[in-house]
Amino acid sequence: MKNSLLFDFTLDKSTNTVFINREFEANQSLVWDAFTKQEILDQWWAPKPLISKTKFMNFEVGGRRFYAMVTPEGQERWSIQKYTSISPKTNFKMLNAFADKDENPELPGSEWDLNFSEQNGTTKVSIAIYNESLARLEKMIEMGFKEGFTMTLNYLDQLLASLKQ
Amino acid sequence: MRRDVFQAIADPTRRAIIVLIALQAMTPNAIAGHFDTTRQAISKHLRILTECELITQEQQGREIYYQLEVKKMKEIDKWLEQFRKIWESRFNQLDEVLLTIKKNKK
Repeated sequence: MKNSLLFDFTLDKSTNTVFINREFEANQSLVWDAFTKQEILDQWWAPKPLISKTKFMNFEVGGRRFYAMVTPEGQERWSIQKYTSISPKTNFKMLNAFADKDENPELPGSEWDLNFSEQNGTTKVSIAIYNESLARLEKMIEMGFKEGFTMTLNYLDQLLASLKQ
Repeated sequence: MRRDVFQAIADPTRRAIIVLIALQAMTPNAIAGHFDTTRQAISKHLRILTECELITQEQQGREIYYQLEVKKMKEIDKWLEQFRKIWESRFNQLDEVLLTIKKNKK
């Protein structure tokens, strides 16, 4: 694998938007599948040691993916993604929100815009994630790092309590 | 209760206050002069920012000046770095998945 594959990550604080660009050594069709097919998505979506578990996924405009990040202890953190626009193999947009186990979203969520393009067999994925507030971004970080990393549950509880106010 | 830096910047008025005093330390009156809201409302924002340790007070003669704690603002960048790492590990996993799929196709 080439080491020169692009990865950049920037935050525009004035618009609360995170921009992520990454290249993959695979054709556009395969990378598209990796982002839009449940069985592939679950293999990589959760950063280890978390596991991604998709309960259902209807990849169509208006369709939803309901999934959990599962900790090594078996705790589940549910999220809902709702697809708002799909241009096959080149772009899709979705709303992403944390949810309870009964599919009730915790609004507001974040708006995602994902673009795919291929050059010489390398596929570039450009993701823009718009958040209503940076506080929510922090929560996303907490969720991703909830277990196995440096944050303790104790701190998370405090954080959630302060975010609820 | 404990407050954190993200709560401090969740509010647009507080963000505007941060931008203002990032340039120079200011008195509460001078800060309030930049906003259409009441002096009380600004005091409350200043109190929250102080509790979040994003700003500190300094007595100069008869006046109190508020100044920005730049170090604390850097916490935001630290958080961002963690978010970046999540994506990095996620994408490294995707690299492996793609490689496996390609191998299996051959």
